[in-house]
Amino acid sequence: MTTKYTSEHEWISVEGDVGTVGVTDFAQHQLGDIVFVELPEAGKPLNKGEQAAVIESVKAASEVYAPVGGEVIEVNQPLEDEPGKVNDDAIGEGWFFKLKIADAQELDGLMDDGAYKDYVKGLE
Amino acid sequence: MAGANKDQTLKRTPLDALHRELGARMVPFAGYEMPVQYTEGIIAEHLHTRSEASFFDVSHMGQAILRGGDVAAALETLTPGDIQDLPVGKSRYVVLTNEDGGIIDDLIVTNHANHLHLVVNAACKDSDYELLASKLEGRCTLEDRKDRALFALQGPKAAAVMGRMAPACRHLLFMTTEPLKVAGAPCLVSRTGYTGEDGYEISAPAEDAEHLAGLFLEEPEVKMAGLGARDSLRMEAGLCLYGSDIDETTTPVEAGLTWTISKRRRAEGGFPGAGVILRQINEGAKRKRVGIRPKGKIPARAHTQVTDAGGNIIGEVTSGGYGPTVGGPIAMGYVGKDHAEPGAKINLIVRGKALPGRIEKLPFVVRRYVTR
Repeated sequence: MTTKYTSEHEWISVEGDVGTVGVTDFAQHQLGDIVFVELPEAGKPLNKGEQAAVIESVKAASEVYAPVGGEVIEVNQPLEDEPGKVNDDAIGEGWFFKLKIADAQELDGLMDDGAYKDYVKGLE
Repeated sequence: MAGANKDQTLKRTPLDALHRELGARMVPFAGYEMPVQYTEGIIAEHLHTRSEASFFDVSHMGQAILRGGDVAAALETLTPGDIQDLPVGKSRYVVLTNEDGGIIDDLIVTNHANHLHLVVNAACKDSDYELLASKLEGRCTLEDRKDRALFALQGPKAAAVMGRMAPACRHLLFMTTEPLKVAGAPCLVSRTGYTGEDGYEISAPAEDAEHLAGLFLEEPEVKMAGLGARDSLRMEAGLCLYGSDIDETTTPVEAGLTWTISKRRRAEGGFPGAGVILRQINEGAKRKRVGIRPKGKIPARAHTQVTDAGGNIIGEVTSGGYGPTVGGPIAMGYVGKDHAEPGAKINLIVRGKALPGRIEKLPFVVRRYVTR
């Protein structure tokens, strides 16, 4: 399993042709208390970079984009009742949705763990 | 996500170092770097304020002294508020108006016998001071009290804390102010606030700010709270934020602030925009500021369109977000007068979808001011 990151602070963890998507710990920390998450519908086709979900924090609404293209095959329904899971465990129980990845080559353009850490360091 | 704006010209309050030491997230606000939240987050800070007491640094706000032989009458030429009737030691919420009846700023005026003390919005202070200085030239002099910090101690335990810090403040009631020593520092202590809770606002010498803040934070009931909690608290309390809920295009009547205009001022007029404002008082305004409660969990933010059952646009949200004490989304905004009755069903257009909601009476939570 490999995990990649976008410059918009999404992560995608890949197993075979399925990617699990969420936002990073840096992202949840920046957003603050999350009060609502709007998830995509299963079956929805997404292009790379397309808006996939919305996060409502106390302060503002933010968009979550698809790190790569594919079809949504599962969403983390419990987040709708417990959006705080994103704050508590962004890279675990706070995942958003799973994608059937259309084109694995799109993963190549994303950052690996080390590159993302450096990227975040540059923002602080 | 909102990126940090590293604007070199941002000003800092006397508590800047303390905020950073406490892990505050600093954001640009009205020309200042201000703490939006500390490490526990906005919801925890909000709930602590409603159950205990929170300490807010609001030193970005403008504090000024207005002096003159007929200072109260002079200030009344710029506001429909009643200043001449303001007793010594009392504070009053008033608005400055323009010729169209729009609101230039909202402020707290306190009568200190030989002068008035003003507390104005940070984003408006330069323009307010210019307006006051130019319009009242020859009648009044304005002194910018940049040398003062301003704190708010808010919450049901605020009175117990202040009672220990400055015993003389125990007899202060809501909207009264007294010059008092707090831990030896000469302060102005007002029983006022912007959260709907009991509490105090304390104007202190900037050089004593850090020491005083440290003493407040040593009190067991007190934690720091930032501008994020201040915003959700004031929204639940139904209080206006200047620049969002009120501005130069909204009148005090539309905003539900007619109560700031006394009988005498209504009878006499003599303030900017009196024609528009008095006509609206007599005939009613076409739109009104209302509370809005979105059904479900999705917040409706400022500038969200409000529609009726038929899809017609009837208004706009001016403040909206999550109310931690309410436990769900809350908003306020303006709707046409025919749709302003509490209970009226409306829709909120969020990301292209019409979400149901209803008009709700303000405030969303009971205000707990100590008035006697």
